[in-house]
Amino acid sequence: MRSFKTKLALGVCALAGTALVGLGAARADDLTQLIKNPANWATPLGNYAGQRYSTLSQINTRNAKELRPIWTFSTGVLRGHEGGPLVIGNMMYLSTPFPNKVFALDLNHDGRIAWSYVPKQDPNVIPVMCCDTVNRGVAYGDGMIFLHQADTTLVALDAQTGKVVWSVKTGNPAVGETGTSAPFVEGGKVFVGISGGEFGIRGRMMAYDEKTGKPIWTAYSSGPDKDIMFNPEKTMFMGKPVGTDSSLKTWQGQQWMNGGGGTWGWISYDPSTNTVFYGSGNPGTWNPTQRPGDNKWSMTIFARDADTGMAKWVYQMTPHDQWDYDGVNEMILANVPVHGKMTPALVHFDRNGFAYVLNRNTGELLEANKYDPAVNWATHVDLKTGVPQVVSEYAPGDQGADHNTQNVCPAALGSKDEQPASYSQMTHMFYVPTNHVCMDYEPFKVSYTAGQPFVGATLSMYPPKGQDNLGNFIAYDVNTGKIKWSDPEPFSVWSGALTTGGGIAAYGTLDGQLKVVDQRTGKLLYAFKTPSGIIGNVNTYEHDGKQYLAVLSGVGGWAGIGMAAGLTEDTAGLGAVGAYKALSNYTQLGGVLTVFGL
Amino acid sequence: MSFASSLIRGFALLGLLTVSYVGVAHAADATPDAKPYVVKNGDEVDMNTYKGFLYYGDECLRCHGPDGMGSSYAPNLTQALKTMTKVQFETTVMSGIKQVSNSSDLVMPAFGTNPDVVDNLNSIYAYLKARSDGVLKRGHPHHLPGT
Repeated sequence: MRSFKTKLALGVCALAGTALVGLGAARADDLTQLIKNPANWATPLGNYAGQRYSTLSQINTRNAKELRPIWTFSTGVLRGHEGGPLVIGNMMYLSTPFPNKVFALDLNHDGRIAWSYVPKQDPNVIPVMCCDTVNRGVAYGDGMIFLHQADTTLVALDAQTGKVVWSVKTGNPAVGETGTSAPFVEGGKVFVGISGGEFGIRGRMMAYDEKTGKPIWTAYSSGPDKDIMFNPEKTMFMGKPVGTDSSLKTWQGQQWMNGGGGTWGWISYDPSTNTVFYGSGNPGTWNPTQRPGDNKWSMTIFARDADTGMAKWVYQMTPHDQWDYDGVNEMILANVPVHGKMTPALVHFDRNGFAYVLNRNTGELLEANKYDPAVNWATHVDLKTGVPQVVSEYAPGDQGADHNTQNVCPAALGSKDEQPASYSQMTHMFYVPTNHVCMDYEPFKVSYTAGQPFVGATLSMYPPKGQDNLGNFIAYDVNTGKIKWSDPEPFSVWSGALTTGGGIAAYGTLDGQLKVVDQRTGKLLYAFKTPSGIIGNVNTYEHDGKQYLAVLSGVGGWAGIGMAAGLTEDTAGLGAVGAYKALSNYTQLGGVLTVFGL
Repeated sequence: MSFASSLIRGFALLGLLTVSYVGVAHAADATPDAKPYVVKNGDEVDMNTYKGFLYYGDECLRCHGPDGMGSSYAPNLTQALKTMTKVQFETTVMSGIKQVSNSSDLVMPAFGTNPDVVDNLNSIYAYLKARSDGVLKRGHPHHLPGT
């Protein structure tokens, strides 16, 4: 206890030039205060609401063209670098793919390594990580840095020294459970989810005591009410109580035990209702004919009491998934006009191509519109029932096993994957990095073996017919439910977006460009080609009175699947030579942090 | 699970005629130099090869990429099979690979306990060999009627 407080005091002193009144009083407020100071980037998504917005305005639409790289840092790791750096005072913290190194860089000394942490992990975990060995970043709280390692070790590191304060195992890699997501810290707890949807795991959200690593609650995505922490009378779905056995009723036999519903995405938090929000992923096996039912609560948005874990409301976006449209993408909390009415909204750009707007206090579904015109698997979502109107022609389950369902949009990687969008408090618009990819999907029967892939489908991916861009960066207006503007990109945009009070939006591209555009128009203001493709998230911070943008490059992840040779044959007959070209013609592997300034 | 029962399961699954399957498999096993696949017009294949395409997508694609062409983290198998024997291929799939050092973190899991792989190893090999030999184009092949 005493030592923690000392470290906290040190941390506060380090925040030169920032007024943080009353920080010493309550430690639980530590992070809240750090988030309020825009000089920091204190949580993976910038704030509790997951907005990825900064009020910093030194870099703005007028001077963005004068941006330049100021310093760079190689992580020494080759594979896909998702996530992004945290900045707390004069220290920057970042993590790498397996072996999950953590670096603390001293901003007072040109990014000198203050400490590093390299865990010793069994490399057998590598092949049970779905698609590359990514890690989506670290979290800060109470003078500690929290990392969820590939082998599901959740470790707390002293933010000043890098020494291990505590560590705990959250899962079992032998059955395909792995750690890839960034932990989330709030109210003295560390929240962490689990990956392994392609291995028949049983997804769950877990809360640990920030000080000791002691488990506080675990809430599964599927199973009996007790396991999923539902109150049949009080947990709401579409305005009604869910009733008893709401999950069990939607699975055949014991299939829920390999029910998937991984929780590998982002977490956000609303202090006014003390609620955490997150999503669950695909149900076990991609073969829909093998698992009849709605498969609840896979593909679901959960609103849970942060202290008890009890579910307040749920909403399942893709009942009985047939496409691998995981529901884990970020939940952005914003008070915005929806159809002209100011709303406490939760906005979620789902893999399935619909932008969902819900009242985050009640779970009421207000809007679900396509944010990529190519989306064709469903015509619309019924706002009364919450159920998508599936188009049979594009439903592999309707077509049956051993039938190749063609031209389904979006592809399994979704209209957007984990790459988080940004909400601008300036324009009240959402800035969304998207994939523009379709697929053929053929399901077939598979068997479950612990620790082995449990997929049961094969797929081919390509751009929508007649088009040659695999991605777009869009501005989306939830008030009208429409796309305001759309910047086409030759490859999927697999980088988390940033918006700032300077009127800029920033994102990275798979071919390695860091791009800065005008929030109002999408007009390109600045671009710089970093050493490798960008699948990391752009963050911003201020140090010594100067604003910086920081981003990790290092191509890989699911995006790396088309890296070697492109997604399809590069034939003249198909036209669109650029899009079919292999990404390897543009960029190679390698993790590098690039920091930009004026 | 016995080999016989899993084979039967495989037949039931794909609605195959036993005779035709054995015919193809036999041809592949009897003479090592014989092609383990039948490919016509670049994208029409026998059922055994087609099955290989499916199970490749199920078990291998997430790392080795579409059409066996590799990814940013796993090698191109259409190249690898140019020099690899069938026995080497089988050993690698069953036992896995571990090359971990300061500069490499290549780990392939052992699929020896996975019946979907073990029972379909010949099919997966036939598909990848057809890709590697350059006779089968990229993309989703069609299966030849009556095979």
